[in-house]
Amino acid sequence: MLIIEKSSEGCLAHAQLPHLTDETSVFDSKFLRKTKPKLPEVSELQVVRHYTGLSQKNFSIDTQFYPLGSCTMKYNPRGIHRYASLPGLLARHPLATEINSQGFLQCMYELQTILQNVTGMQGVCLTPMAGAQGEFAGVAMIKAYHQARNDHARTEFLVPDAAHGTNPASAVMCGFTVKEIPTKKNGDLDLDALKAAVGAQTAGIMLTNPSTLGVFERDIEVVAKTVHDAGGLLYYDGANLNAILGRVRPGDMGFDVMHMNLHKTFATPHGGGGPGSGPVAVNEKLLPYLPVPRVEKNHDHYHWIDETDCPDTIGRLSTFMGNAGILLRAYLYARLLGKEGLRRVSDFATLNANYLQTQLRALGYELAYPARLASHEFIVSLQKLTKAHGVNAMDLAKRLLDFNIHAPTTYFPLLVPECLLIEPTETEAKADLDRFITVMENILEEIKTSPEVVKSAPHTMCITRLDDVKAAKELDIKWE
Amino acid sequence: MSNIPSELRYVKSHEWTSMEEDGVVTVGVTEHAQSLLGDLVFVELPEVGTIVSAGDESGVVESVKAASDIYAPVSGEIIEVNENLSDSPELINSDPYGDGWIFKIQLSEVCEMDNLLTADEYQELVESEE
Amino acid sequence: MPFIPHTEKDIKAMLAACGKQQLDDLFSEIPSHLQITELPNIDDGISEAELARLMQQIEVKDKYQLCFNGAGAYEHHIPAAVWDIASRGEFMTAYTPYQAEASQGTLQLIYEYQSMMAALMATQVSNASLYDGASALAEAVLMAARIQRKQKQHKVLLPINLNPSYRNVVQSIVGQQAVEICAVDYLPAQGTIDIEQLQQYATQEITAIAISQPNFFGQLEHVDIITNWAHENNILLIAVVNPIAMALITPPGEWGEKGADIICGEGQSLGIPLASGGPYFGFMCTKHEYIRQMPGRIIGKTTDTEGKIGYALTLQAREQHIRRAKATSNICTNQGLAVTAATIYLSLMGYEGLRRIALKSHQNMTALIKMLNEQLGLTPKFTSNYFHEIVLELPVCVKTVRNMMAKRGIEAGVDISQAYPELSNPLLICTTETKTVTDLTLYIDQLADVIHQLQMQKNQYPLEENVAC
Repeated sequence: MLIIEKSSEGCLAHAQLPHLTDETSVFDSKFLRKTKPKLPEVSELQVVRHYTGLSQKNFSIDTQFYPLGSCTMKYNPRGIHRYASLPGLLARHPLATEINSQGFLQCMYELQTILQNVTGMQGVCLTPMAGAQGEFAGVAMIKAYHQARNDHARTEFLVPDAAHGTNPASAVMCGFTVKEIPTKKNGDLDLDALKAAVGAQTAGIMLTNPSTLGVFERDIEVVAKTVHDAGGLLYYDGANLNAILGRVRPGDMGFDVMHMNLHKTFATPHGGGGPGSGPVAVNEKLLPYLPVPRVEKNHDHYHWIDETDCPDTIGRLSTFMGNAGILLRAYLYARLLGKEGLRRVSDFATLNANYLQTQLRALGYELAYPARLASHEFIVSLQKLTKAHGVNAMDLAKRLLDFNIHAPTTYFPLLVPECLLIEPTETEAKADLDRFITVMENILEEIKTSPEVVKSAPHTMCITRLDDVKAAKELDIKWE
Repeated sequence: MSNIPSELRYVKSHEWTSMEEDGVVTVGVTEHAQSLLGDLVFVELPEVGTIVSAGDESGVVESVKAASDIYAPVSGEIIEVNENLSDSPELINSDPYGDGWIFKIQLSEVCEMDNLLTADEYQELVESEE
Repeated sequence: MPFIPHTEKDIKAMLAACGKQQLDDLFSEIPSHLQITELPNIDDGISEAELARLMQQIEVKDKYQLCFNGAGAYEHHIPAAVWDIASRGEFMTAYTPYQAEASQGTLQLIYEYQSMMAALMATQVSNASLYDGASALAEAVLMAARIQRKQKQHKVLLPINLNPSYRNVVQSIVGQQAVEICAVDYLPAQGTIDIEQLQQYATQEITAIAISQPNFFGQLEHVDIITNWAHENNILLIAVVNPIAMALITPPGEWGEKGADIICGEGQSLGIPLASGGPYFGFMCTKHEYIRQMPGRIIGKTTDTEGKIGYALTLQAREQHIRRAKATSNICTNQGLAVTAATIYLSLMGYEGLRRIALKSHQNMTALIKMLNEQLGLTPKFTSNYFHEIVLELPVCVKTVRNMMAKRGIEAGVDISQAYPELSNPLLICTTETKTVTDLTLYIDQLADVIHQLQMQKNQYPLEENVAC
């Protein structure tokens, strides 16, 4: 039932309304709204009950194992949420005077420094509001770099065929054309194809490492040299930074610019699909082009720098300074973990992924890259099971829901047919991984003996499978 | 095994064509292509009067989870589009070679038809992709 | 080991299962010379108790201020229920609702959000949100260019009285593509768009014009005239609006004969804390005919195999994960959690609640203007109709006034001199419904005192820069 269907005309949440002594407004009456919008008229209790009820129809990290590949669904520490939400911090206006913002600015300055050291880069800007915006900023900086050198021929960006969809979309938003580079059967980038593709038209390449295929790109130094020799720059998509945190730094691998997904690697809440946060880090080549604003320190006084201080900047990406509250959480996460804790993230994310990979393979699931070590995630392909029993990756994903486990990522990356991309993250205990393995064993048995049960799953959710075709053809996207 | 009528000519990007004597070429997507896309929910048609070259993007077909460009198989002018698809994109699923046709081109270079694949060649292509 | 649950026994058993001796063996595919053994220049970890102490100190350092700042972020009261519910783990720690069956809570909530935003804006469709107001405007401009794809070149009119930060963001994002941005002046006395000046564009091919209601100076634009003018000249009208104000003043769907084509803005005032600038959310609405050109997620209602109503992501073929390089935008996430809060806020307030908040905010500004005039002899710079913000030109240095007021516990308003050098010591002041008569009196008393002190200094040391500004 929708909240509007619980509405009764005239019902008001009185405790929430300001006291009006009269109805006077001094502007011309032609500006006044004349129609009444159809918004709910409900009591506070009705609202509380309605939305609490809706929340209970969600799977979440707090309630279920959530091995959604490429999304790093790790535990979001409660303490961080609490102390980033102190009333004084929430009340601070984004344009408050600097003299009353020294505490907040200090946190942001220190976060810039931490991210710089974690990535092995020379400068950081916190302002991109999501990974995709970080990508946009990074590609725009590469464009500015070439333009500053009067190198206007570089109109093409290289993107591996396994890349996230945001990569080509970001390059296009910056006015580039995109050329896809194929991946070899072993999961590494096809170097011959890369060498054939680079040239005077190459602005750069966007790479995730470990790649979206869940394996480390072993030839990364050759890739870097090939692209650099051709005059292009390297963009690191930080989506999979959790796999190498504290062990390998993108700056050391030869990348010139990158973004981080703080909602993945730095454990800030995913919030049902955002807010994310995608700070960018650059080496010295791109320092002049970093977006604004950023925080600087001058004799113990923290202050903002903007367009007037940075004439070559690619500019501003958000109204104020980005998703400040998410940045604050990432800062607190880094402080809580410290240098040892940050490194353990990748150690245990990798251990958990390899453990699951080994065990699922032993059960009879087919790995996409059986000869490779897993990074923090790995791919199972159901292609053979689909041919033999008619049960596809989507069916298995839906069946997992019946066992109170969120599905892994399905049908991404597009290169591997009938794939499941599984990322357990470091915060899952062995006992929970073992339960997942047992469930996967049960489902494999079902696929072989009673495939209909899997094909018609889920059976225990508040709804069964939805008619997506109807949703798209008979568009109903608001109440009437 | 999908239906590949022998009288039609094909393009690698999975469009079919049929030429009338007056040089009007009807274009659609093959049964194989529609089965890969799944239930279609939207078709973006080109505008009548547009001049296209062979290989130009001339429309989009969308299913719930995929979208595919339609390329002009030959050069010429778009002279008619299948307006029924706006309301009923599923015609492409149910009758790809008939009611599911997408647009008609008045051919400018007759010899371009020779560049297209025969049914046997297209059959081979489909098999190699499987 | 914070948040890592493995015991020594677990680690041994798991490594053995993988056929490895030690954790380092799991990284043998990474060239060893690229590996580091320790993160340089990063401190050791701290405990939650130490973290609590650290943040309490930070909070005290940035002590609470009585806030008269606005300029795109507004202090409204947020009912306790809003974030109590939005912060439930089931909302806060879920991800994008790709598995519809396990995400009906988030999906239905966004459907309700889309319904409420479309109703508030008096238009047909809403997406599930974008990052923030400024980036939503940039996306709206790109959307307008897609709608007008038959035009040979794209030119978009952005008035100078639109939030300068928005204009900068549009420039950074849209400037990467072939879209030209033209500035439109404001009338120096009224602060509203110079409609006469628009006429020069009537003969050109223009993609869209964006107008903000209220504008950056807090003044109400003559939206009907501009909307009709735009449509007569085949120009799309992009409305940038304050959602709270729309409960009181004419919503964009009702502007002119045909209504605004694309509507966007900052959603922060709908239950999102100021919190130093984010996370907020940008909203975007449009007419039905343009839905396929709209970026961002959209939720649709449908049925399951048993005919039960359910909600799902729809029209995904526009998005980057399917269309890749040909997507409407590279946007991937929306601002789900902020939208969750806004939906709860809108439900609690309803139309009448929003209307009263808007009216009270406006009435507080009326009261403040009266006091400014009577006690300081100051009148607003612009003389047209205001909503809840005004510009004041100060007789002394605006930067110094702000700092002195801040030391007295008051954020006095926003200094807009950098973007508007033509104004003399301009201060943009906002009042919301949160302000009481006592607050207004305190503000006026302190401002009077600060200005008086600075004027005394100015007379004594006429050449000193921070006084003369």
